Amino acid sequence: MESKTKIRLMQGNEACAEGAVAAGLRFFAGYPITPSTEIAEELAAILPKVGGKFIQMEDEIASISAIIGASLTGVKSMTATSGPGFSLKQESIGFAAIAEVPCVIVNVMRVGPSTGVPTAPSQADVMQARWGTHGDHPVVVLCPTSVAETYTLIVEAFNISERWRIPVVFLMDEGIGHMREKVVIPDSGELKIVNRLRPTCKPEDYLPFDADAGDGVVPPMADFGTGYRYHLTGLTHDRTGFPTTKRPEVDALIRRLCSKIDKAKQEVTFVDEVLTEDADIAVFAYGITARAGAKAVRDARALGISAGLLKAKTLWPFPEEHVERIASKVRAIIVPEMNMGQLVREVERASKGKTKVISLTRVDAEPISPDQILTALKEV
Amino acid sequence: MYKEIRLSGTGGQGLILAGIILAEAAGVYDGHEVIQTQSYGPEARGGASRAEVIISDDAIDYPKVTSPDVVLVMSQQACDRYGHQVRPGGIVLVDDTNVSSIPSVEGAAVVTLSITEIARHDVGRQVVANVVALGALVGATGVVTPEAMEQAILARVPRGTEELNMKAFNVGLEKGREARARHETT
Repeated sequence: MESKTKIRLMQGNEACAEGAVAAGLRFFAGYPITPSTEIAEELAAILPKVGGKFIQMEDEIASISAIIGASLTGVKSMTATSGPGFSLKQESIGFAAIAEVPCVIVNVMRVGPSTGVPTAPSQADVMQARWGTHGDHPVVVLCPTSVAETYTLIVEAFNISERWRIPVVFLMDEGIGHMREKVVIPDSGELKIVNRLRPTCKPEDYLPFDADAGDGVVPPMADFGTGYRYHLTGLTHDRTGFPTTKRPEVDALIRRLCSKIDKAKQEVTFVDEVLTEDADIAVFAYGITARAGAKAVRDARALGISAGLLKAKTLWPFPEEHVERIASKVRAIIVPEMNMGQLVREVERASKGKTKVISLTRVDAEPISPDQILTALKEV
Repeated sequence: MYKEIRLSGTGGQGLILAGIILAEAAGVYDGHEVIQTQSYGPEARGGASRAEVIISDDAIDYPKVTSPDVVLVMSQQACDRYGHQVRPGGIVLVDDTNVSSIPSVEGAAVVTLSITEIARHDVGRQVVANVVALGALVGATGVVTPEAMEQAILARVPRGTEELNMKAFNVGLEKGREARARHETT
């Protein structure tokens, strides 16, 4: 990889691409779509230089299928898209979840539904990111609020997907994807890199979905092509990987898959708190909106309003403990979102009636402004 | 220090690149915090083009320019749209090669300079008008140091064009300083 200096001006999409490579990404398949295209462009240039592969597929479905296949051979894999492409990838996200194939899916959110506004930011895919594919399934959704954070958080996305053998959705927005900020590139030694657990048994003894051979939750994963032959399916399956409809086995599989999120919760939850210590009113925000939230909170403080910010970088699993703790000590939580009010329902659920929850929405393709949030803070 | 800068003109004038170079000068070489954003889509092709840079000593919360301290306008359309949006005490730098109707903005300094004309005649290539503009911007406003801007330009321009671009920058710098001094004595 070309290394200019440690301090660089980088675009959010560029930081996503370079951070992914630092995490160990060596296979990217994608189909270009605004506002995510720079991720593909960047990786087309970088991956061949580090012994990786870049491929532009014929469409979004083929792209996610390709990364699932690549990941099965033991290579860290990623695809990147925006709303319309993210919709197309949903079925395969479910396959990655049930077949337990680690992979990272980047969605740089733009205004939807359908083709919407390609060049403007939105946050309207946060529910889709959790529930877009059918069936109970584990998925972690991370959402950066700055370019520097994009670089380090995409590394976490890979680590989580490898550790838990799950698809991780990296939810950016056009604002973060396209803006440039100063980034101090971490030394490779500063980054913690996690790789999937591989089997230690002989190939003939390998049971591909035997979680007990691992930590009881995540089975060790053999690389295709190394002699560990096994059957893989989207049907519910037993420890051997072959389909089963036996009720106890179906039950055990679905429960084990979903238990990954409960087990992983502590280590995959990233929340920053700004001035919440003595706050009597809070803002809950994520992505580009958290930037306006931070400014609004500081402006409010200057006016004598004791405001604080809960900045969620993990959206799913929803950081309910953080919200409940704040809810028990503030008069109100304001939830600004660039959608019609999606995560506000989670904030309400997690608040358990302990405080007033106020939704602030904006869907005109412009980011929520600090003034909009400040006005709400003054009115509470 | 907290400065918002808006560069505006027509698609093809190289203002997006100018914005990136300005941001790199401020962030990488002068060591400030910096954010750069730009117009995308149909807006950026042929029509009005816009790049914005925020330079600050502290972490920058909100990335959008709301009340610029410095505005560069390099087309009449951009001038009509952005020429009046400047903070009191701010500076509007107008390329009067392309702008015939010069705005007068109460409380702000409107500094005129024939940026494109200077690129064409004094430097010899119109294509470097954006670098002349960066020089003029540094000369007239001092938002970044000349040394930082020089390094940032050299790091971004294609190999073989360093001399041409340095000439464009230096001519712009000098003319920018003169234009500012001229403005202050009138």
